[in-house]
Amino acid sequence: MGAERLLRFLAQRLVKAAIVVLAIVVFQFVLIRLAPGDPASVIAGQSGAADAEFMAQLRAQFGLDRPMHEQLWIYVKGILTLDLGFSHRQQLPVATLIWDRLPATLLLTGAAFLFAISAGVALGVAAARRVGRPADSVITVIALTFYATPIFWVGLLLVLIFSVWLEWLPSFGMYTVGADLTGLAYALDVGRHLILPAITLGLFFLAIYARLARASMLEVADQDFVRTAHAKGVPEGRIIRAHVLRNALLPVITFAGIQAGQLVGGSILVETVFAWPGIGRLAFDALLQRDYAVLLGVFFCTAVMVVLFNLITDLLYAVIDPRVEVA
Amino acid sequence: MTDPRLTALGRRSLLAGAAAAPVLMTLDQARAQGVAPRRGGTLTTMLTPEPPVLVLGVNNQGPTLVAASKIYQGLVKFSPTLEPLPELAKSWSVSEDKRTYTFELQPNVKWHDGRPFTAEDVRFSIMEFHMQLAPRARGVFQRITDVRINNDHSISFTLNAPFEPFLLMFDVTACAIAPSHIYKGTDFRNNPANARPIGTGPFQFVEWQRGNFIRMRRFDDYWKPGQPYLDEIIYRIIPDSQSRRLALQTGQVQLSQANDIEPFDIPQFETLPNTQVVKTGWEYFAPLSWIEVNQRLDVLKDVRFRRAMAHAIDRNFIAQRLWFGTAKAATSPIASGTRFHDPNARLPEFNPRAATALLDEMGLRPNAQGVRHSVKLLTLPYGEVWTRLSEYLRQALRQVGIDVTLESTDAGGWVRRLANWEYELTVNFVYQFGDPTLGVARTYISSNIQKIAFTNTSGYSNPEIDRLFDEAQAEPETAKRAEIFKQVQAKLIADMPLIWTIELLFPTVHDRRLRNVIQLGTGVHASFDDVFFAA
Repeated sequence: MGAERLLRFLAQRLVKAAIVVLAIVVFQFVLIRLAPGDPASVIAGQSGAADAEFMAQLRAQFGLDRPMHEQLWIYVKGILTLDLGFSHRQQLPVATLIWDRLPATLLLTGAAFLFAISAGVALGVAAARRVGRPADSVITVIALTFYATPIFWVGLLLVLIFSVWLEWLPSFGMYTVGADLTGLAYALDVGRHLILPAITLGLFFLAIYARLARASMLEVADQDFVRTAHAKGVPEGRIIRAHVLRNALLPVITFAGIQAGQLVGGSILVETVFAWPGIGRLAFDALLQRDYAVLLGVFFCTAVMVVLFNLITDLLYAVIDPRVEVA
Repeated sequence: MTDPRLTALGRRSLLAGAAAAPVLMTLDQARAQGVAPRRGGTLTTMLTPEPPVLVLGVNNQGPTLVAASKIYQGLVKFSPTLEPLPELAKSWSVSEDKRTYTFELQPNVKWHDGRPFTAEDVRFSIMEFHMQLAPRARGVFQRITDVRINNDHSISFTLNAPFEPFLLMFDVTACAIAPSHIYKGTDFRNNPANARPIGTGPFQFVEWQRGNFIRMRRFDDYWKPGQPYLDEIIYRIIPDSQSRRLALQTGQVQLSQANDIEPFDIPQFETLPNTQVVKTGWEYFAPLSWIEVNQRLDVLKDVRFRRAMAHAIDRNFIAQRLWFGTAKAATSPIASGTRFHDPNARLPEFNPRAATALLDEMGLRPNAQGVRHSVKLLTLPYGEVWTRLSEYLRQALRQVGIDVTLESTDAGGWVRRLANWEYELTVNFVYQFGDPTLGVARTYISSNIQKIAFTNTSGYSNPEIDRLFDEAQAEPETAKRAEIFKQVQAKLIADMPLIWTIELLFPTVHDRRLRNVIQLGTGVHASFDDVFFAA
């Protein structure tokens, strides 16, 4: 694969990506406005009192008194200069709001992602090597259970066991507020808060990875080149690692690419149950409050991430499987 | 032997003293329990949902009022029976003609940035800040024709006519005193200072991690020497009601308020040894819930149909089985905790037979499925218990042949539909603000039929009711107002423009070690300058 070809591929994909993202922004801008109610009416509702002057003040402050196409043009102009706008409701720039919440989300989703993929693939491989035996059945049933259980229920159950009964771990939040910890003590504190939400979020994906890895391991293990390796007397461990696993990883990577694209979006459910101050909650609250600028900002960030991770996944294919070429 | 007359006298003077000086009473109570206030400790509590900004006036949502009332203060505060008590005003007087109110302000009050608090701050807050920002304040303060600053710590307001409930507008939740030196001449809503509120309250703003927590610290220059007792207050944002329940149960937070805890979880806290459930502290707001009936629609504008609905609904069932005793069955359009509630007022009793008789009289006969009429009910999207209420209403009304289709929406959609009159029936609850002129009239007077939420959205109109509310507003004598409001209640109950259901008590749950939490008619909206943890 020549460097020139790779560059041309990248340039092409980036141009396409920019067009897709811009289309998504415009589409979502229009879609959000279709929801009944606007930020001014939400604030009036929450204040429990309003008059005509109050509504007009709020609509003017939020820029809602301008025609829709003008609002859209202002927004697109902002996006093109990477200005995500201003949340009048919260009196803060959207970029600040998102930036403040991003580390929490990346920590949670990243930890869950690593936990899910490592434990999931390990379980899948273990099951495939003992196919048909009790260990395989146990792993398959466990994976199926996690796959089928609602995520918030797992979360509440873990809280009941580890926070309420055993009192080992905190049931909500990201760190102990008011303790003013620093350095290692702070990291440990965050770690303690991270365990339950990361496991809750990870278990669902762990189930998917385990099932994917097991299925594709079994599929590859039946193929001729594996039999040849056995016949040549290659040690079992090496066959699993170099011949079977490497080939079986492609579907796992495809799925990991999809999941990675969602990392920035966070998880509304887990963030809600564990009061984790991440992007998912920010977007959900913004939706309920019709805080258009914040919602569009989050959509924009996630759209960019999804497009970016699709690109990375495509490049990874080529690294893992030399038969795949970028084009 | 004790002279019985002396005992009686002693008791009477004690009561009078208690009413005049509840702060002293608090200390007495504390001593009586053998607990002297103790300095120190951090109170961790909750706030649901997260407020957008913490500057009162710029935002007056429920959670904003709860948290910002620790930072800001009003001129007066209100006892559980809604008597005014000194706060930033140490005393006040009303002129003979009941038109001029003079407030003597506390000396030695400092803003959190160290500047002195003066009468100019009071003038600015009332005549400019809240006048421009807050719809409720604007409605009342527009009556002020003259303001006179007598000296740095004395100010007089003259009204165009006597307005008996005037003082009720000076609670921190209605008119928080804002710093003139920060806001004067600026765009209040977009002032960068809104990010770091500056008040005179016992706690000053420290930091706010969005979606996570708001942190306040003891203000060392607070005007009451030795107070506040707590070092810090931390408001955690916990979006899920079950997570909030667990946080309170495990002691990770020590106080819950408003609807933090779902009503069906309250009985559990009543049995826990380390928590206390308090069902008072909302007398000033007196939230009253009802079924709002859009009277522009054919069958719904018939008073017999509305009375039939009232007969079909068991208000005690709603209060006891859906709200688990954290609500009281309504008995009148004027909530029982507020001024001028008529204790003899009676709503139509629960009697499905009376309901069907009224529907028969209207000529609404049941069809083959037993349905006499079909209506749509827009569910109030404020949490689980309101959904359960809608389901109960559907069943109860179906019993008398009224078929109800439930419609659901989210908070933004609900307000929009209510404001635009795009509903048949919906559930609503509204604060009464201590006086019918301030919080009740707006729902029924025909001049307030507007396409705005929390006005007279049902479209009810009765010239007699309009006249009575006008009279009550202009009447300076409390006793005469009581007489007028008695008539108002009788006439409203006869007309049944809405189906009143329950008075919400919004229980406060707190750690038993936490003292002096609920002492005012505004409950958790107090400044908390006397709240402390007993050892």
